[in-house]
Amino acid sequence: MSVDRVSGIGLAALALLVLEETWRQRLPLGSVATPGPAYLPGLLALLLLGAGVAVAALGGGGPRAASLDWREWRHSVAIFVACAFGAFALERLGYRLTVFAALTFLVGGVERKPIAATVVFAAALALGTFWLFDTLLRVPLPRGPFGF
Amino acid sequence: MLDVLSNLALGFSVALSPPVLFYAFIGCVIGTLVGVLPGVGPLAGISLLLPATFGMDATRAIVMLAGIYYGAMYGGSTTSILMRIPGEAASVMTCIDGYAMARKGRAGAALAIAAVGSYVAGTASVIGLMVMAPPLARIALRFGPPEQLALLLLGLLVLAYMSSGSMLKALAMAALGLLLGTIGIDQMTGYMRYAYGVVELGDGLGVVPVAVGLFGVAEILATAGAPTPPAVIKPKLSELLPSREEWRQAAWPIGRGTVLGFVIGILPGSAHIIASFVSYAVEKRVSRRPQEFGHGAVAGVAGPESANNSATSGAFVPMLALGVPSGPIPAVMLAALMVHGVAPGPLLIGNQPALFWGFIASMYVGNVMLLILNLPLVGLFVNILRVPYPYLYPAVLIFSILGVYAVNASVVDVWIMLVMGVLGYVLRKLDFETAPIVLGVVLAPLIELSLRQSLAMSDGRYTIFIEHRIAAALLAFGLALVLLNLYTFARRGLDWRARMALAEKGDSS
Repeated sequence: MSVDRVSGIGLAALALLVLEETWRQRLPLGSVATPGPAYLPGLLALLLLGAGVAVAALGGGGPRAASLDWREWRHSVAIFVACAFGAFALERLGYRLTVFAALTFLVGGVERKPIAATVVFAAALALGTFWLFDTLLRVPLPRGPFGF
Repeated sequence: MLDVLSNLALGFSVALSPPVLFYAFIGCVIGTLVGVLPGVGPLAGISLLLPATFGMDATRAIVMLAGIYYGAMYGGSTTSILMRIPGEAASVMTCIDGYAMARKGRAGAALAIAAVGSYVAGTASVIGLMVMAPPLARIALRFGPPEQLALLLLGLLVLAYMSSGSMLKALAMAALGLLLGTIGIDQMTGYMRYAYGVVELGDGLGVVPVAVGLFGVAEILATAGAPTPPAVIKPKLSELLPSREEWRQAAWPIGRGTVLGFVIGILPGSAHIIASFVSYAVEKRVSRRPQEFGHGAVAGVAGPESANNSATSGAFVPMLALGVPSGPIPAVMLAALMVHGVAPGPLLIGNQPALFWGFIASMYVGNVMLLILNLPLVGLFVNILRVPYPYLYPAVLIFSILGVYAVNASVVDVWIMLVMGVLGYVLRKLDFETAPIVLGVVLAPLIELSLRQSLAMSDGRYTIFIEHRIAAALLAFGLALVLLNLYTFARRGLDWRARMALAEKGDSS
């Protein structure tokens, strides 16, 4: 199956999901003259459905979906995990510890850089950005359970 | 005209006084810093520093806040060009060609063109503000909800029409962006839409997490693990400034971006963001080599950067002349003026000439200051590219998380950025452009509100869009673009955009 066909089907499925969700949340549709909160989302979902169907219908001749290169997926997953950890731990561990841990994982674990360079880099960035934003620019950043 | 010149002389006597000059400088420095840091845009910067101005007199306060505003516009281009992370939403379009120029070793040239374009646009638009403020403000007042809706729809259609690849795919992305923009509390009825109990989603998806995710995080997900990750670039001193040919390519886009940005800036809405999108689309359309867009076209940097800076001054027109803010940033500035006992509006120029003309003159001074500040820093900023990618991308990720978190102090925004990063990564693989999604997220609340206001005005009759001549003309233009695209498709099967997309695929295979 072609890339466009796969993406067209994906978009159409997403549109159907939005329509189903709009109906499930019982958002009032209103009328053509007085649109309700579900009116524009419904209209846009129908537009997306139409576009998805059209992309799928017209996109049969492009490159095959199987030919897509996903070789970097392990790296991408590792980066995503580091970011997800950052989002999860930011307000639990505090900014400095979270950033230090995420950078150590990325630079030392994923990129396999020397441990000393990793620790210095992670510590400098964690402390330096905290000083720049929190201390200098007065942007409040979360502190951990030990006030760090 | 003589009146204007004598008033301007009064303004310069205020703006060039050492204390005002000092606060303009402080504003410009903070603004540049705020713009360079991803996520912390001009609105956050101004809001954070507003209380610090309470002890100042009105002129110094407004001069400093204005310095932050256009300093952030200048600075926003830096991370877009060097790291493909929009410093603020108006820099999204600069990411595309600015980053491509950086990867070609032309980062210095891109930064210099952005700085000079911003300077030219900033200065020219101040002249526009000075001369045309009152009449333009009256025209802007004729833009009611029907005209605004027509303009917003036209903006989306222009962007879809000009995008590389198929218009259909661009429209699908715009629809997806608009759908994402409907998440949150419905402004008219208070219903919560698609929030799943997450209170933070009540305000909708922020533009910053969406833009940083779709551009910055998606770029890192796609390139960090590639068999050949981006090479370290070691720019030579001679490569830091644009060549004569690059200046030539930038000249007209800067001119067009200035005019376009100023006009759009006057209109209500997120003008500086829309102006940069429309400018990019226009440059691509008028270019003799549209195939270069997305691969480091000079016009793709010069046009949008000029437009968003010009729109900054344009936004001051209705604020100063009528006391009507055209967006959230002028609204905060308006509040700052009112805190100091100044009531902007038609009487401001007559009642407080020193403040009004001092403010205008400080904008000239601020633009010169920003150019002097930014051009020498080009060499410094470009050195970021010397950092090996295994160290650079983790740092960029941390700045992205930090910047996105800092806007609302909300972890939910960081999660939104991550989800958008994955979405952008997948869409990139599937050959979709993600810029229309960002524009959709910006425009959805405006479109919905103006549609419903228009219908409320007309008692539910859609003929209001025909009865209002400006709205009708804008809609007719949009319809013509769609028909033109359909006609081209039916007649030739492939138009220049599709041929270009095919050529790109051929190049990459």
